[in-house]
Amino acid sequence: MADEPLVLGIETSCDETGVGVVRGTTLLADAVASSVDEHARFGGVVPEVASRAHLEAMVPTVQRALDQAGVTAADLDGIAVTAGPGLAGALLVGVSAAKAYAYALGKPLYGVNHLASHICVSQLEHGRLPEPTMALLVSGGHSSLLLTEDITSDVRPLGATIDDAAGEAFDKVARVLGLGFPGGPVVDRMAREGDPEAIRFPRGLTGPRDPEYDFSFSGLKTAVARWVEQKRRAGEDVPVADVAASFQEAVTDVLTRKAVKACRANGVDHLMIGGGVAANSRLRAMAEERCERAGIRLRVPRPGLCTDNGAMVAALGAEMVRRGRDASALDLSADSSLPVTEVSVPDPHGAVHAHAHHSLGGGA
Amino acid sequence: MLLLAFDTATPAVTAALHDGTTVVAESTRIDARRHGELLLPAIDRVLRDAGAAKGDLTALAVGVGPGPYTGLRVGLVTAAALGHALGIPVHGVCTLDGLARAARAEGVTGPFAAVTDARRKEVYWAAYDEHGARVSGPDVDRPADIADRLAGAPAVGAGALLHAGVLTGARGPEHVSAGHLAAHAAERLAAGGDLLPPVPLYLRRPDAQVPAGYKAVLPA
Ligand SMILES: [Zn+2]
Repeated sequence: MADEPLVLGIETSCDETGVGVVRGTTLLADAVASSVDEHARFGGVVPEVASRAHLEAMVPTVQRALDQAGVTAADLDGIAVTAGPGLAGALLVGVSAAKAYAYALGKPLYGVNHLASHICVSQLEHGRLPEPTMALLVSGGHSSLLLTEDITSDVRPLGATIDDAAGEAFDKVARVLGLGFPGGPVVDRMAREGDPEAIRFPRGLTGPRDPEYDFSFSGLKTAVARWVEQKRRAGEDVPVADVAASFQEAVTDVLTRKAVKACRANGVDHLMIGGGVAANSRLRAMAEERCERAGIRLRVPRPGLCTDNGAMVAALGAEMVRRGRDASALDLSADSSLPVTEVSVPDPHGAVHAHAHHSLGGGA
Repeated sequence: MLLLAFDTATPAVTAALHDGTTVVAESTRIDARRHGELLLPAIDRVLRDAGAAKGDLTALAVGVGPGPYTGLRVGLVTAAALGHALGIPVHGVCTLDGLARAARAEGVTGPFAAVTDARRKEVYWAAYDEHGARVSGPDVDRPADIADRLAGAPAVGAGALLHAGVLTGARGPEHVSAGHLAAHAAERLAAGGDLLPPVPLYLRRPDAQVPAGYKAVLPA
């Protein structure tokens, strides 16, 4: 255990400044500074507000993570950072900070993919990822089904949303119901008092000719808005809890149905669910039930590790170090649309340059 | 004393090393879109050119703008992280002061203004007296609104050259250089003077539109 790599991870792809410290698959620290309250009155994340907050929070959050972990920066074996995808200006703050820390400390730098990090965080709770693992990532920014054989080098997309992300649908429905932002937690809470069978909302892309593993939540969102407006127009009370529960049921039904189907079709018997929406209580319960029936082992990290955080980036960084993957160069750029298939952004000049970077960092 | 200075508040990505007496190494590249990629390699280059080690650094000086935010933050967060990791102080310098010092070095005399591009048809600017001391600003304004106040006095920097039709005293130098920024900071520190805290001079509130109430989906 003690000789497992010690890695600090920095995540700034959206509105959370996350810094985590991980040794191998052991979580040592998970410090998060969130600007979510500053965005609430706008009803969505404002990129410039997020970027300003990242700059202010960076050094204090790094220090807090090191203190929590009880390690010093000199002990680290590497610095990992989200290189993309995400908000360009927000990513750039984290990438610039990570490069400066890596350079000043003489440690290798690993620019990694945000989505692969969401999958790899599972290792901090349930041990190393079985190979292969199916991953269902659902948040305000993404809704994807991914199959991974090796989380440091091989992530294949099976399907993704063709319009809104699942979390976006939660935000929009919360707005329609006047429940505020962010929508996920409040819709979940409301739904507990409601009847999930009260209204039969549409299940997007579940017809026989629809793409098997893609998602669509735009039609569902519109159907909810239409239903609510009709009630209001007729002068009737809107049964908010029933609407929330029925909407949530439609989302989780499609997500879990397609995830289980993907596992079966690919002969995969481990499913991990990550991303902010994985904190949803109905999604967790339904996934458990359906996976159990299908003989699939389910791995869902605790809610705090499902939302964006630095520990997930550190987890992937530690796995990169363990497997001897190439480090990134000091001219690493933030890539707001980094493809999911690019798990990391290795130095384009290869191992020779990476080695030079090490000795330069170590010697100076 | 070994001071590392850099600035990313304008299209110039510039880094320099100052030993307390003189600038011993400098690297400047003009590329408004690649601050993030260029800064660390530039810092590495000036240290290597000077044969200095990171551990020898005694202080950092960083341009705090004003400047377009995304690039500006690259310099500030890099300075904050380097200072944290190396355990050395980080000082802020107004980017326009660096530009003004470069102008004086190029022979600009009398009162003048340093002007950079703020985009959206505006400029960031500050006014300096004949001794090079800042007497107003930094501010963000439209070129036409400051033309009267300058009354044809020299206006240096890319922001002035971009609006040379309005700012009749427009002239070089075009870009800030970290060497001048470093010299400015080194002098102030040697004299026991104050520099700025290393926080950005945004001068504008963030663009943030409050979305209007959700759109009705039923026909009206
Ligand atoms: Zn995420």
